[in-house]
Amino acid sequence: MAELTNRQRMTIPRQEMPTQPPEVRIGNFDEVALGYTWELALREAERCLQCAKPHCVEGCPVGVQIPQFIKALRNGDLPGAVRAMKEKNNLPAICGRVCPQETQCEANCVLAKKGQAVAIGRLERFVGDFELREHTAAPQPAPPTGRKVAVVGSGPAGLTCAVDLARLGHKVVIFESLHLPGGVLIYGIPEFRLPKSIIRAEIEFATSCLGIEIRTDHVIGNTYTLDELLAEYDAVFLGTGAGLPAFMRIPGINFNGVMSANEFLTRVNLMKGYRFPEYDTPVKVGRRVAVIGAGNVAMDAARSALRLQVMQAARERAAGITPADHEVHIVYRRSRHEVPAREEEFHHAEEEGVIFDFLTNPVEILGDEKGTVRGMVCIRMELGEPDASGRRSPVPIPGSEFEMAVDTVIFALGTSPNPIVFNNAPGLVRTRHGTVVADPETGRTQMPRVWAGGDVVTGAATVISAMGAGKRAAADIHKFLTEEM
Amino acid sequence: MYEILEKHRLSDAIVLMVVAAPHVARKARAGQFVIVIADEQGERIPLTIADHDPQAGTITLVIQEIGKSTKQMGQMEPGQGFYAVAGPLGHPTEIATYGTVICVAGGVGIAPMYPIARALKEAGNYVISIIGARNRGLLFWEDRMRSVSDELIVCTDDGSYGRKGVVTVPLQELLEARRDEIKKVWAIGPTIMMKFVSLTTKPFGVETIVSLNTIMIDGTGMCGGCRVPMLEGAQFVCVDGPEFDGHLVDWNGLLSRMQFYRDEELLAVERWEHLRETPSHECRLEKMIA
Repeated sequence: MAELTNRQRMTIPRQEMPTQPPEVRIGNFDEVALGYTWELALREAERCLQCAKPHCVEGCPVGVQIPQFIKALRNGDLPGAVRAMKEKNNLPAICGRVCPQETQCEANCVLAKKGQAVAIGRLERFVGDFELREHTAAPQPAPPTGRKVAVVGSGPAGLTCAVDLARLGHKVVIFESLHLPGGVLIYGIPEFRLPKSIIRAEIEFATSCLGIEIRTDHVIGNTYTLDELLAEYDAVFLGTGAGLPAFMRIPGINFNGVMSANEFLTRVNLMKGYRFPEYDTPVKVGRRVAVIGAGNVAMDAARSALRLQVMQAARERAAGITPADHEVHIVYRRSRHEVPAREEEFHHAEEEGVIFDFLTNPVEILGDEKGTVRGMVCIRMELGEPDASGRRSPVPIPGSEFEMAVDTVIFALGTSPNPIVFNNAPGLVRTRHGTVVADPETGRTQMPRVWAGGDVVTGAATVISAMGAGKRAAADIHKFLTEEM
Repeated sequence: MYEILEKHRLSDAIVLMVVAAPHVARKARAGQFVIVIADEQGERIPLTIADHDPQAGTITLVIQEIGKSTKQMGQMEPGQGFYAVAGPLGHPTEIATYGTVICVAGGVGIAPMYPIARALKEAGNYVISIIGARNRGLLFWEDRMRSVSDELIVCTDDGSYGRKGVVTVPLQELLEARRDEIKKVWAIGPTIMMKFVSLTTKPFGVETIVSLNTIMIDGTGMCGGCRVPMLEGAQFVCVDGPEFDGHLVDWNGLLSRMQFYRDEELLAVERWEHLRETPSHECRLEKMIA
């Protein structure tokens, strides 16, 4: 193909990614977005103007060389695209699926100002998926340095840190408390957004090439304390995430049918509860589900609940029973404008039929005589003055209480750091929110030879920001191991 | 895989297994628990560590075959192994010299009580143990409990062995006769037993520690599934427990929470037994559910 002019490139529309239609996908847990074909990927790659000063790269927390990988891609050189990508990002098939590109690289794309940014995330996913199939660019470790690093937690921060350190020749052991590696990628993010097979393949490929050892079932804080790790390793990175769920302090939270989004999603994702009884862990949703909160986790919980309801209805129809009506609500105390979830997640939830109750806040959960949820008292809210977060703060409207008939209440109100790792670690300085105090540039904590990054430092944030923190910490740990020891 | 090294049947529906889990054995203490998964499709279930040997790298688990997962574990043999064993989890029992203490254990609860009673005895306490089961066939470790107790009372609900009746009857008698002497009570067993032990000791104002075994998923403070309704607020078995002051637990709330997945538990057992009987047969139940 002859080289296009920029004017020609700008006439190509942003290529849509094929998806399962909403009415089909709500009946399964298969991936919603199906990925670009070769043709779509090439056409989308042609849109990139190859800016001399690429602002997109500045928008990426790990600094992926975006113009380079897109250029290789449109030259048909997929292995070249993979190499450009993996300079900075070892988990592209994951990032291509879960990064909020619209607020990062794509927000900075020069074309965004003229309408539609290059679909960088979709191209990243395309390149990542190619590499998972073809394995063209196996990461190579540098010669062994003789240094040993313990990485606690195998989520995005820990994995990224481990891979970068192993590439530099350090011996890395990852300690994971659950039975599978991946952290929030595996217990939190549903199959329909990020298939488990992708996570497994990315982790297996990276760790086997680099000789990284993963010890599952190790609960640091108990199995080993931080001090015990420091006695055996030259440095420790804490990427233990923020998994401790917040519950509202309202009456009725102990009724059956009230749970945290973490419990619900862990049952569904990590334990494959949607395949009960083939898998042993059950998961139960009622006919009328209320998810409290409107972040990405709330969207994941609502969309998972909807799928369980539709699958249940299909089983009933197959058994000759007419299924009862079912509904999933998202109850949020602010308005549509303040929804913290990614636009795409909100859009998918809406498309699938999730009902949004904005400016609504629960004040009490009601139970029946057996201790099971039968309803929820809510109050209407209005928006007042902007609060510390810059968002207009919701204020209850006196006398506007009303009852909502629900049988399942799922709280998705955010999380704070997992507590166990802090057992017997008095040297680790934390904020009053429970997060670890660490230098944002280097990840260094107040405790010698201990680094931290990801949600355990920032509180619940994004996969890519955790990866960025893991990367910065790896660079600083490397500096420490090679220059300061 | 965590290999099963030894298996002994303690009673009709209780097996003891010694499992290779060096990472747990090196740190375990009385009162702590592990999360065990039988196989790749398995669920995460909490089991109290009945004993541990750091040198051998083994832990002892005593499993009551009651649900699908525990029945499946009970069928496993030495040489086979569990898919996951994570831990040790929870806080260890606080062992100190209190004076005279009572250890009340029911059914499978005798197993986790043994190391606690032993530690209390070693710390110089006068240990009175009350152990009970529904019938003689379900009773085990009488000799072991006797070896770490200054006094031992054995009860069966049906009177087939020892005193006839439930454990709270001799407990009540002891509290009435020797209130000033008794400093602390531990109770491990079925939730309903721990409830009634707590109700029995409450009027006497004797501190009572119960070891709760709730529904649990991750076991590391991430899901909140194991929350225990307390008379004020809630606590989490995995990070706050597993031991709690029995006088502060909202027992009826807890009993209700433990029933939440009852239908699914029954279905899982039914399906498992059905598949075991007819392994090659295409399962009708399966089709209905798929």
